[in-house]
Amino acid sequence: MRVRALFYFFLLCQCLPAYALTQAQLAPLAGEDFDAKLTLIDQLGSRGDPSAKVLLQALTDKTVWIASNGQLLRLEGETYVDAATGAAVAANAEDLQDVVVNNRMQRHLDSALAGLTLFDADPKLRLAAAQALAERGDADLLPTIKKAQAQEQDAKIKSELTQAAALIELATGDAATRKAAVQALADADSPKVRALLADRIAKDTQGKIAEADPEVRLTIERALAAIDRRGVLAGYLARIFSGISLGSVLMLAALGLAITYGLMGVINMAHGEFLMLGAYATYVVQGVFRQHFPAQLDWYLPAALPAAFLAAFLVGVILERTVIRWLYGRPLESLLATWGLSLILIQAVRTFFGPQNVEVANPAWMSGGWEVIPNLILPYNRMVIIGFALAVLVAVWLILTRTRLGLFVRGVTQNRKMADCLGVPTSRVDTLTFGLGAGIAGLGGVALSQIGNVGPELGQAYIVDSFMVVVLGGVGQLAGTVAGGFGLGVVNKFLEPWIGAVLAKIAVLIFIIAFIQKRPQGLFAMKGRQADN
Amino acid sequence: MEARTVNSPASLSGESVSASHGHLLIPGELDLSHGVALYLEDINVSFDGFKAINRLSLTIDAGELRCIIGPNGAGKTTMMDVITGKTRPDSGTAFFGQTMDLTRMREPEIAHAGIGRKFQKPTVFEQHSVFDNLELALKTNKGIWSSLFSKLSGEQASRIDELLELIRLQDLRDRPAGLLAHGQKQWLEIGMLLAQEPKLLLLDEPVAGMTDAETERTAELFISLAGKHSLVVVEHDMEFVNSIARKVTVLHEGAVLAEGSMSDVQNDQRVIEVYLGR
Amino acid sequence: MDALKKLYGPAGWMAIIVALAVMVILVPVLALAVPEGSPLHLSAYTVTLFGKYLCYGMVALAMGMAWGYGGILSLGHGLFFALGGYAFGMYLMRMIGGLGQYGSVLPDFMVFLDWKDYPWWWAGTDNLGFALLLVVAAPGLLAFAFGWFAFRSRIKGVYFSIITQALTYAAMLLFFRNETGFGGNNGFTDFKFIAGYPIAAPETRATLFALTGFLLILALLACRFIVRSKFGRVLTAIRDAESRVMFCGYNPLPYKLAVWVFSAVLCGIAGALYVPQVGIINPSEMSPANSIEIAIWAAVGGRGTLLGPILGAGIVNAAKSWFTMSFPEYWLYFLGLIFVLVTLFLPQGVMGLLSKWKRAP
Repeated sequence: MRVRALFYFFLLCQCLPAYALTQAQLAPLAGEDFDAKLTLIDQLGSRGDPSAKVLLQALTDKTVWIASNGQLLRLEGETYVDAATGAAVAANAEDLQDVVVNNRMQRHLDSALAGLTLFDADPKLRLAAAQALAERGDADLLPTIKKAQAQEQDAKIKSELTQAAALIELATGDAATRKAAVQALADADSPKVRALLADRIAKDTQGKIAEADPEVRLTIERALAAIDRRGVLAGYLARIFSGISLGSVLMLAALGLAITYGLMGVINMAHGEFLMLGAYATYVVQGVFRQHFPAQLDWYLPAALPAAFLAAFLVGVILERTVIRWLYGRPLESLLATWGLSLILIQAVRTFFGPQNVEVANPAWMSGGWEVIPNLILPYNRMVIIGFALAVLVAVWLILTRTRLGLFVRGVTQNRKMADCLGVPTSRVDTLTFGLGAGIAGLGGVALSQIGNVGPELGQAYIVDSFMVVVLGGVGQLAGTVAGGFGLGVVNKFLEPWIGAVLAKIAVLIFIIAFIQKRPQGLFAMKGRQADN
Repeated sequence: MEARTVNSPASLSGESVSASHGHLLIPGELDLSHGVALYLEDINVSFDGFKAINRLSLTIDAGELRCIIGPNGAGKTTMMDVITGKTRPDSGTAFFGQTMDLTRMREPEIAHAGIGRKFQKPTVFEQHSVFDNLELALKTNKGIWSSLFSKLSGEQASRIDELLELIRLQDLRDRPAGLLAHGQKQWLEIGMLLAQEPKLLLLDEPVAGMTDAETERTAELFISLAGKHSLVVVEHDMEFVNSIARKVTVLHEGAVLAEGSMSDVQNDQRVIEVYLGR
Repeated sequence: MDALKKLYGPAGWMAIIVALAVMVILVPVLALAVPEGSPLHLSAYTVTLFGKYLCYGMVALAMGMAWGYGGILSLGHGLFFALGGYAFGMYLMRMIGGLGQYGSVLPDFMVFLDWKDYPWWWAGTDNLGFALLLVVAAPGLLAFAFGWFAFRSRIKGVYFSIITQALTYAAMLLFFRNETGFGGNNGFTDFKFIAGYPIAAPETRATLFALTGFLLILALLACRFIVRSKFGRVLTAIRDAESRVMFCGYNPLPYKLAVWVFSAVLCGIAGALYVPQVGIINPSEMSPANSIEIAIWAAVGGRGTLLGPILGAGIVNAAKSWFTMSFPEYWLYFLGLIFVLVTLFLPQGVMGLLSKWKRAP
């Protein structure tokens, strides 16, 4: 309410009547005097009432007409109304003449509209207007911006307005004003402001520098340095985020791998193909939704989770029963056999779905992002995936620590023979655990389908990386897989802008080789007498 | 090189007398001048907080036959791991003779210096013949070039024959070691140890799985080896320990609980509590 | 000579001499002297195909040494093969001279990158002798450096395999980059001359084939010598019980390193023989899938033998040629099944099957 009160007070001070418009006031629009038109537009811009704004908008949209009697009309939907009062008027379209709006008038219109919006009750509109003004840098609007700035209560809009004013002053004011403007701008983080400031002190083609005053130049340099410092921070945060995001994907891919190797001593080279199966299951579910529930298409993803898990789980169980159970404790052989399985799975997917990538779309609620600070936008799909990865991790942890299956799994991992003697159904535990590992990979496939291409070779791209996670983290260690996954992700993303993606990968590999020099058993290996047997 | 091949107790004692005053220390050479083969002092080993060895100190004299007993988890095998370089202690000193710091040496170096080890589970090269097993173990240059081009000398061949006779596997010399009976594998492993001509033998449960007759023969063999070699025998078979032991060390929770003759140890109240008694 | 005599019995030597004669005399004669219309004539394609199999046989032999005898399963042998190929390919590229598309002394891809001169790592590659040295040195040195670090920290078994796979994967990414200076995606191709002779001429092809066959037999003899020496016995002992070997006073590091480097060099030589015959080398040779296929050649033939892997390479690649011509879409199913069935039912491979069959009646 206080805003409103101030607002009216301010309008009174302007000594402009705040009552409804009249046709008489608008008469210049129908006339020939161009300056009178501009003055009227500016006056309208300074008024606070909605009718002025509607009229200005209509002028911009070219929906204001002059009737044969000189009355100004406005087209509202299908009907013509009095441009001043808004009362419906019967009019014949053929008798109407349009109000000519030239470029100069358009500029005044824009400024007036923007100025009006700055006083709108809706903070969202005010913010948008302030941002638009900062982009435009229209000197004519400086007084309006300053007024709006003075009365604005919302901190974000206020700083946006300050920035807009400063940008204008930077180009037009005297040395002292420019200096003050620069200081105000030093708080801004937008790339445009930085570029504008840098332009002021950069030499143009003739070797001239736009900013004449040396003191202002110095201030600009300081401001630039300050902006860059904050930019570096934002850059770091962005990299950490994308590192965590990559890490969460790697962790999802490696989680099942670590469990099955820890439990059965089986190296599953077909693990990547379970990711691929999960992604294809997502594709199929999406197709089903498109066909049968187009209205709920946005929610196909939650439905894809159980489908992907089940698909991968079933294939995993079948493979375990037929092939993998004969390879326990023979990691090298299991490596070759599962590689063969992966070839068969890839070719099977090619046969059924074709060799091309298939299209899996992000649901609407996952597109877009959250702007934490300027220059740092965190995409929703990545955030969802990080959250999802953590949820899967917690679920796996709960299964391993809180359920009977988990107890058996841990027992068999530590001492298969002993567990067998104690009546643990080791063969069933193996099957279920392998299925579980495959199912987790299937869930990972759902996540991957949201950030990359879905094709038959999807799994191959992740198999090397996920093995690196397992090697780094230590085999059969949940904590190791988590640390390994996130560690690799973050290191990768930090190296990438520095040396490029390929060299970053190579550097990471060298790092891993160097790392296992020190800790051959990985980050979280159990130390013990039998550790290296 | 002469001093390294100690073949008889006489040459061993002769060396220790002549060298006991003002002798030269040769790095990498075994020096038994003080009559001590192995010093362990204040050794600590822990695995993730579990103290497998807790301030263990132990001395084995040159030519001594020492039996080590103790309940499961007392740290016997870990102690052997420390001596043979498989496990690095967290702290403490381990010396072989006067000069060789075992905590700084790798397994092959330690083996080369003259410590031989028999594992709890007999480990022989199952794909190789009995003869090959012994040949590989023979004390000789073990670098890659000499392995690539070397030929078995007559002397070495007769040494292998000698060993085959000692471990009673003459008739099985060409049989793959993997096909031997358990007790035969134990002996083959002992034979391989002897082929290395070590000064100190670490024997982890050497008679497990042997028949009574075999056990008896093993006891005789060990007694005959003592004097020429230092022997450390870890064994659960009390009868066997009783038959060979002069001095017995009882390990408990990673430290020495008691030490002395078999009867001393058997009458020690603490030992009875933790191990021998109910 | 005494040592050589011991390597094989009289029958073995007879077989080797026959094989050598086939390769050095029969195949070139059938390819060159027999007129084209005759059913006995071997086309250039066939000679190249057989030459390719011999190269693969050498790679499989190298794999058999490292894996079958040393217990070191490498999933990165394709890298060493490709390095040898690239090293020799550099020489072949420089022999193109000004005959490339752009008429420059530089290879086309360098012109395309707007490079003005050869980068330093191409120095000396126009010299055949240096190129041959590089064929041995590049894979050898890489294998030495990698192996030294890996074996020193006692990385073994699947850990080692996985890291070799990552190694070849990383190298593949590196070679895919244009800036690496090895032709990026396309690699090297369009060779014209080798040691002054036109590379596509039937005589050159027959010579290369005979040379490959000769070197394969030489490699076989070298491997035989190694595995029959005490070195070979220590090696298999390390494979079966590494700590026992250590407690016998052997340091396993130089043994493993030696067989590893030997195997890598053998791969490199095979690669160098492969490139002029097949006429192309590109980074896809380093893909993990290629390397793991090498392992299955050895497994199919029978690891722990020397002839087995060579045989396995022949069987698998002949099957591949047949499938890719007749049923291309079923090749991966078949290859996948081979992987599964051999590991499950034929741990000793075809050689194991043969010896069982020989023993049975």
